[in-house]
Amino acid sequence: MIRQGTTHTIQVTVNGQVYNRVVEARQLLVHFLRDTLDLTGTHIGCDTGSCGACSVIFNGQLVKSCMLLAPQADGAEIETVEGLARSGELDPLQQSFSAHHGLQCGYCTPGMLMTATYLLRQNPTPTEEEIRQGIKGNICRCTGYVNIVRSISAVAEAHRATAVGTTEGRDQQ
Amino acid sequence: MTAGPAEDLQVVGKRLPKLDAPQKVAGQTAYAHDLRMSGLLIGAILRSPHPHARILSIDVSAAAQLPGVHAVVHAGNVEQRRFGYNNDNLPLKQNKVRFIGDEVAAVAAIDEETARHALELIRVDYEVLPAVFDPFEAMDEASPPIHDERLDIKGNVSMRWDFDHGDVDAAASRAAVIVEGNYSSPQAAPAPLETHVIIASFDPSGHLTVWSPVHMVFMYRKALADCLGLDWRQITVIQPSVGGSFGGKIDIDSHDFIAVMLARQARRPVRLAMTREEEFTGTRTRQPIHFRLRTGADAEGNLLFRDAEVVSDNGAYNAWGSHAMLVAMNTITSMYRVPNSRIRCAVVYTNKNYGGSVRGFGNPQATFAVEQQMEEVADALGMDPMDLRLRNANHSGDVTPQGMEITSCALSECLQIVRDQSGWDERRGRMRDRHRGLGAAAMIHVGGGARIYSSDGCGAMVKVDDSGQITLISGASELGQGSETALAMIVAEEMGVPLEAVHVVNSNTDIKPWDVGVHASRTTFVAGNAARMAAAAARDKLLETAGELLGAPSDQLRIRDGAFEVTAEPERRIDFPRVVRRRLLREGGSVVMASSFYDPPTQHQDENYRGNISAAYGFAAHVAEVEVDPGTGMVRLLNLWTAHDVGRAINPMLCEGQIEGGAAMGIGLALSEELVIFDGRIAAPNFHDYGLPTAADVPRIVVNLVETIDPLGPFGAKGVGEAGIIPPPAAIANAVADATGIRPRAYPMRPWEVKRWIDSDERSQVIRGKGSSDHG
Repeated sequence: MIRQGTTHTIQVTVNGQVYNRVVEARQLLVHFLRDTLDLTGTHIGCDTGSCGACSVIFNGQLVKSCMLLAPQADGAEIETVEGLARSGELDPLQQSFSAHHGLQCGYCTPGMLMTATYLLRQNPTPTEEEIRQGIKGNICRCTGYVNIVRSISAVAEAHRATAVGTTEGRDQQ
Repeated sequence: MTAGPAEDLQVVGKRLPKLDAPQKVAGQTAYAHDLRMSGLLIGAILRSPHPHARILSIDVSAAAQLPGVHAVVHAGNVEQRRFGYNNDNLPLKQNKVRFIGDEVAAVAAIDEETARHALELIRVDYEVLPAVFDPFEAMDEASPPIHDERLDIKGNVSMRWDFDHGDVDAAASRAAVIVEGNYSSPQAAPAPLETHVIIASFDPSGHLTVWSPVHMVFMYRKALADCLGLDWRQITVIQPSVGGSFGGKIDIDSHDFIAVMLARQARRPVRLAMTREEEFTGTRTRQPIHFRLRTGADAEGNLLFRDAEVVSDNGAYNAWGSHAMLVAMNTITSMYRVPNSRIRCAVVYTNKNYGGSVRGFGNPQATFAVEQQMEEVADALGMDPMDLRLRNANHSGDVTPQGMEITSCALSECLQIVRDQSGWDERRGRMRDRHRGLGAAAMIHVGGGARIYSSDGCGAMVKVDDSGQITLISGASELGQGSETALAMIVAEEMGVPLEAVHVVNSNTDIKPWDVGVHASRTTFVAGNAARMAAAAARDKLLETAGELLGAPSDQLRIRDGAFEVTAEPERRIDFPRVVRRRLLREGGSVVMASSFYDPPTQHQDENYRGNISAAYGFAAHVAEVEVDPGTGMVRLLNLWTAHDVGRAINPMLCEGQIEGGAAMGIGLALSEELVIFDGRIAAPNFHDYGLPTAADVPRIVVNLVETIDPLGPFGAKGVGEAGIIPPPAAIANAVADATGIRPRAYPMRPWEVKRWIDSDERSQVIRGKGSSDHG
């Protein structure tokens, strides 16, 4: 049983960077990311796991980081929106959201991007219906989801084209 | 450089990404929740647990002694004055609380846990009073008076909006068809993803800086000063990136004042952020409005009159929501040509969360009534509802009974587009065997400002620095809707430069010129015209200098590819930054800077609600297709076709984004969103139960942009921010009627309500005419 005020020493890898921190037992993972590590790209839209603004990838699984405690992250590898861009270049999903107006106020966007990243890892070429089902745990109040679906579809299309290209290449050999 | 055909435009009309998109997708954007500063304390509010009670005493001594607590405020230890419409509100309640969530006291502490603990230590003795939640009951003079300090208020009616045009009774006597019915809307929430959050900080000289996602920022600053007895010259308001508002954050409310009171007492910066639960229970809502409407037409289908009795349930205080009738009235009198109209409206206090300004501001509610009756009248006449609409459509040159001067207007084209795309003529009324139906609704909404204040203006400044970079300093704020990008595009077009040459500064009252604020779909129109004027003036200064340098009169120059060139001899050219530097870096040089203020040519409505309130009006038409499960009453939205008269789409991608997002909110209103309230308590203040649409709930939304090139809009543009949300509840209700034969009386049209209407055979009430509206 964890007493109030109990602390834990945890080691967490976030976006490839290893952090050793002492955290309170009751600290939520989302507060750890935002307040302890200053990674404020991960947002809080509710306190009930309903909106998905705090979605991150945790040991390869998509989680809502307001639904986990920081001590549960001991030994975990976490990916947040700040880790998507490589060497300063936005990744294809980020570029697609930007190009296709997949965001307006942008508050849901980091969580939406992490969910889309997870979705495309599970299924690189989802249909529109699979995208809609895949992101329904993330609420957007601005876009009506039209351009979010379009942004993810465009990346899926690129995957499909690459896959077809590879197959064709193989066929020609 | 006036608005020409689209092919002459280099930037306007292009589908360009939002300027702030790269930063937002990278997670780098700092919202107010993300701001960090030294010594920041965390505020928290103690709210009333009772819907109506007298405050007998407040004891904060234990809270004040808790280690880590730096301020405890309540009505007994702060200086505060009344605020709100009719000055009916106080930030910290003094004698009475009037809804569950009313602010009673607040603390600031070193962290969230300490602050919450301190709230638990505050003792408040209440004398619980009888409460009233139903606005019709509240109007009974025997009901508990909610604002008993106001002796002039009877039956809790805080305000009346009565309008008369022509002679409704005479028109009714010659009507071939009269339809009558009740139409109600629920209490709903703007529900932005970012909750309300304010940071207040005084510097040692007494200067106050407030970081707030508010959008009527200059009035906010004045209200802070007026209420708290501060010198408003010593207040700076900074608007960080806003995580959505939809009207919820439009102006000042109790929590804003409380954050400043806490910072003042603590002598340290304080952040006061709402939890999601507080966002639902403690911030302003969309007020329920109840319409009893009659519409009459002659046998040919000419509308003769509308007659409305309206009760607007604005909750415990008036706030902006009390003025939603301003817009609802426009729709009743002026959606289609209606020669006679009568409105009797009471705004009523109840012991519930109060109504503020939410996207559409009374218009989705009014359109739900008006547009259902258009189809009911058509059915009673045996006429196609689209034909009835087209017959009575507003046209350019019309002046409506309220004095609204319709300039650009593509209502008929919009109706025709959605009629064709939806297969209306072949499909409406012919799918009931498959429980499917089509329904339409149009809308009229201000699109060229809305004069609700002495000025409806916005200032702009354009500065060109020695690098050639252009900065637009606009009075208007960005809430996420993309207006910043639209304004930058207008400046780029006017100055002949690419979009990336323009930066926008719009978030600090010390820097930016005055603006009424973001509301009424006015930013692109009003701030756009202001930006365009300033850009033109800055460009003319550069042309003057370029003319000197090139030895040619400035009217013989043009700007192309980042350079000024002599039109007839394009090889004689000089690049943009060089012109700036040659003007600046010399003896007697000068900076390139120009300012403007655009106040649209609009009128304040007179005491009879007449006056041309906006310089342009937006129009739209939607058709919804639904499938209704007759066993469960479940309504599934299959398609939504929309056509919007936007004047000109400055950026079609962003313009469509506004309409799609608005339509999705309208779909949420129509089918799922409601703050369910039992005995004054919001039953489930969370996203799970509130019913926001998810990606799986929103169908494909087809958007058609109809460009009428408004004569006064910047490059012909009209406002579009609210338009999308307005028709869906009405269009979906009409589609449900087409699918089932029953007539929806309220939204959200949740399964159990629809099932109840089906079981009770709820029909249109045709007072005169063919006696049945069942067109199936």
